[in-house]
Amino acid sequence: MLDNLAILFNTPVLIVDLMINGMLIGAIFILAAYGMALVWGVMNIINVSQGEYVMLGGYITLVVVKLGLHPLLGIPIAAIALYFIGWLMYRSIIYRVVDRDVFISLLATFGISIFLAQLTNQLFGADVQTIDTKLGSWSFMNSMVSLAVIKVIAFFLALAFGFALWVFLKKSRTGQAIRATSQNARAARILGIDTHRIYTITYSLSAALCGAAGSLVVMAWAVHPYIGLPYTIRSFMVVIVAGLGNLPGVIVAGLGLGAAENFAGFILGTEFQIAFVFLLMIFVLIWRNRRLRRRRKYLK
Amino acid sequence: MDNLCKKHPTGVLSLFFVFAITLLPLTIFAKVEGDTITLGAAVSLTGKYSTNGKHTKNGYDLGVKIINKAGGIVVNGKKYKVAIKYYDDESTPARGAQLAERLINQDKVKFLLGPYGSGLTKAMAPIAEKYKVPMVEANGASLSLFNKGYKYLFAILSTTEQYLQSVITLAASISKDPKKIRIAGVFENDPFSQDIRKGVFKDAKKLGMKIVIDDKLPQDLNDMSATLTKIKALKPDLLVVSGHAKGATLAIRQIADMKVNVPMLAMTHCDSADIIGKFGKAAEYTLCASQWDRSLSYKDKYFGSAEDFAQLFQKTYNYAPPYQAAESAAAILVYKDALERAGSFDTLKVRDAIAATNTQTFYGNIKFDSTGKNIAKPMVLYQVQDGQFKVVAPAKWAKSKLRWPTPPWDKRK
Amino acid sequence: MRAWHYLIILLLAVSAPFILPDYRTQLAFLWLMVILALSWDIMGGQMGYNSFGNIIFFGIGMYVCAVFQRDSGLEYFQGLLLGMGLGGLAAVIIALIIGNALLGMRGHYFAIGTLGLSVVAGELAGGWDYIGAGSGLTPPLYPGEISERNVFFYFLFFVWAGITFVSLWWVYRGRFGLAINAIRDNEDKAEAMGIYTTRYKVSAWTLSALFLGVIGGGVGNLIGFIDPKDVAFSGATFGVWMILMAILGGKGSLWGPVIGAIIFHVTQELFWTLFLGWQRVALGLLIVLIVVFFPEGILGWLRQRYPHRMRDANNSTEKNKLNK
Repeated sequence: MLDNLAILFNTPVLIVDLMINGMLIGAIFILAAYGMALVWGVMNIINVSQGEYVMLGGYITLVVVKLGLHPLLGIPIAAIALYFIGWLMYRSIIYRVVDRDVFISLLATFGISIFLAQLTNQLFGADVQTIDTKLGSWSFMNSMVSLAVIKVIAFFLALAFGFALWVFLKKSRTGQAIRATSQNARAARILGIDTHRIYTITYSLSAALCGAAGSLVVMAWAVHPYIGLPYTIRSFMVVIVAGLGNLPGVIVAGLGLGAAENFAGFILGTEFQIAFVFLLMIFVLIWRNRRLRRRRKYLK
Repeated sequence: MDNLCKKHPTGVLSLFFVFAITLLPLTIFAKVEGDTITLGAAVSLTGKYSTNGKHTKNGYDLGVKIINKAGGIVVNGKKYKVAIKYYDDESTPARGAQLAERLINQDKVKFLLGPYGSGLTKAMAPIAEKYKVPMVEANGASLSLFNKGYKYLFAILSTTEQYLQSVITLAASISKDPKKIRIAGVFENDPFSQDIRKGVFKDAKKLGMKIVIDDKLPQDLNDMSATLTKIKALKPDLLVVSGHAKGATLAIRQIADMKVNVPMLAMTHCDSADIIGKFGKAAEYTLCASQWDRSLSYKDKYFGSAEDFAQLFQKTYNYAPPYQAAESAAAILVYKDALERAGSFDTLKVRDAIAATNTQTFYGNIKFDSTGKNIAKPMVLYQVQDGQFKVVAPAKWAKSKLRWPTPPWDKRK
Repeated sequence: MRAWHYLIILLLAVSAPFILPDYRTQLAFLWLMVILALSWDIMGGQMGYNSFGNIIFFGIGMYVCAVFQRDSGLEYFQGLLLGMGLGGLAAVIIALIIGNALLGMRGHYFAIGTLGLSVVAGELAGGWDYIGAGSGLTPPLYPGEISERNVFFYFLFFVWAGITFVSLWWVYRGRFGLAINAIRDNEDKAEAMGIYTTRYKVSAWTLSALFLGVIGGGVGNLIGFIDPKDVAFSGATFGVWMILMAILGGKGSLWGPVIGAIIFHVTQELFWTLFLGWQRVALGLLIVLIVVFFPEGILGWLRQRYPHRMRDANNSTEKNKLNK
């Protein structure tokens, strides 16, 4: 660990490299976190299968490429396909658990996540899959800092999707209905909003966002059937740090998490990178809990 | 709740009976029955090793098919067909151990074939040992399997310390001063890759090379960029990566993305990861350890030459055989040879016959030392040259010359 | 249930490994499943704290026992039994340390927090060289005959399952059972009524840790190879199964998890192999189906189906408690 820090001090330019590469992957976390925040805020469901939708998006893009289409076309196709998969999941399973005990929905989505991961394994095999977009990469400073073009594209697309979602929620009629439902579902129902429809749209939209994210993941990084859970946990973490309904907060938290993870991998050794992510989440949860408790005491 | 059972004592009790009765008929199955010899195998059909598990199963199946076509196995003048009883170990050692026990106890299998991977073999070997059932395995290379004194475990593949041995000797031979060579190692955190790491570092230290990076990759990581950044900073002369097909795929992809320059890159599992098909030019110059190659001049009378096996396999399964499939098929040949020499189904006699094996198969020569590992077959080292795997070491099999050093990325076409 | 019913079950359990000598290991695993389901239900069923992380105690017990056997140089049985005890102790200590911080969370947060915990434990164990890191650990081989070994482990697991069942029966009858049920029904009100909720929550958590930690060492020895993620901290197999079994049988009861464990294990052993490759897909589907259509479990379903005959089963616990 100390020698790793020494490397960092001797070649400080690496800090830039780690930071940038971390933030680039952070953009993907943002996209998945949008989806999670949406479902959580509107339906009060923590969707554990969020990461599996990311993974499915990646595999759909793979199929698109196998059919001979350009990989970038995979992004809209994956998003649309996942919209329908989300719709199917909602209509067959999720709507039965929306108003039930939190643990039921948690376990049901957990079951969906196992189902999807294992099904993908059966259909596509367990290997790591990736798509080479042949876009190459830029490098600066004697290739000490390098940027894969596709990662940069992924970064800006992720932000653009986030912005589009924000506009959609603010301006469009459906978006307003979604926000109304999230504030008070009963009141919304009384005012004539078809909450069932809103839930369907919300859930499918969240899956579609993950699909787009997954499509970017397979081009910029790699997918395999079991990458889902870390993405779920990361988006969960981003959402609790940022707070529900706080889109700018999600952006900051997502980028921060990406960078922190990359530094942790470098300094602690790669074997502890995932452990770091999960430990960080537990600490965030504990910290949040302490804060809430203090607030509760204060109110008393 | 106790009252529920007061109301339904029969309900609860019958559960136990149902359990007992439904399991009973299963015990009737047996191993060598009529004219069929049943071998038992638990392979990974699901989970993280499922790709290689399927190669393993295809290899076994092809071996069985060929032997049955050639008349089966002749024991004491009687001809027997071969069949395999498969279970899916789900890539987890806990399941593997249970299934080994199930194969022996319930299915009454007397001869076991190995699973895919060192971790699973580690879980199944002690069971086979306890029951004194021979196990010929083709996919558990971890050296630590062979210092436990197991008497019933036989591996027909070269063990982990040999995988990248020739890389270290190659690196030493082309440099002016081996003591100046700096090595970076990135190994997945699983029994196989960690044993590769031990082997590589032991050889490197013997020659006085310096180890500058020693990173472990967690099994579900899909980003190596932190490690690669370290490599950029320290500029080692040799980078060694081992992490099954996944590690190979990730490494090639991200080394190209991040333009990491290393004069020499060596890894395992390149062919099962299909790095050439996936990355084309980016895979050039990579050195790969392989158990076997279709261009080698080994032969046997069932499959013919290595090339014949490769063609037959391709025809049957529509893909070129990775070495995992070849070694699995060869494991069946070992059983045939040993059973015929033993002339009996007594496990102890068969075990002794396996231990005395000294034969050539399309996969290579097979002769076991006292710990049960095959010592008659060397590893080969490929290099990716012009979009093909070419054998560059050891000298006896080398078909092409090593291309070294790897030019930096901005000089590569 | 009358005494002679228990006697029959006891007789069956004791004679089972001799009636079915080929199935001893599977029968031993049956008792393991019972322990897993029962120990999860303390938290998940009785107290309403749905934990995805109880598997860490199982893993801790397994590692502590194996390391103790490796380093103490004791003879096999002493090493194993002492190691199991130490494993239980270690699990309890860890539970006490993390309990206070984790059990302040509720609902979603607690579930996901514990899910994270189980993954962290596996990752950390996989990075720690002293306990074998990713290469895993191999506990010592059993010194005697194989058939004797299987009988030994069968009775080891059976006895521990029995102890678990009886102790839980005993604690659920008393004040402890009342308190944790109150926490499940409404934690804030329970607190307002003067129950030290944190104290009860931590005790329930440590109780669960104790049962899992002790048996962990035995399982490590029976399986014969400890892999950090696939055997010890196996969230994807034992970790999920324990939840599923408890829910399948009917959570929040004493017999529910036992019935769930038996049905699940028998089904798994009988039918899983038929799927050859698709069993895990089926597992995911099964979780969804059980949770969505069968959330009250088998006992709950029986209660709804035969309210009259089950009525007194349903109310008796409350009646008993009211009498106290």
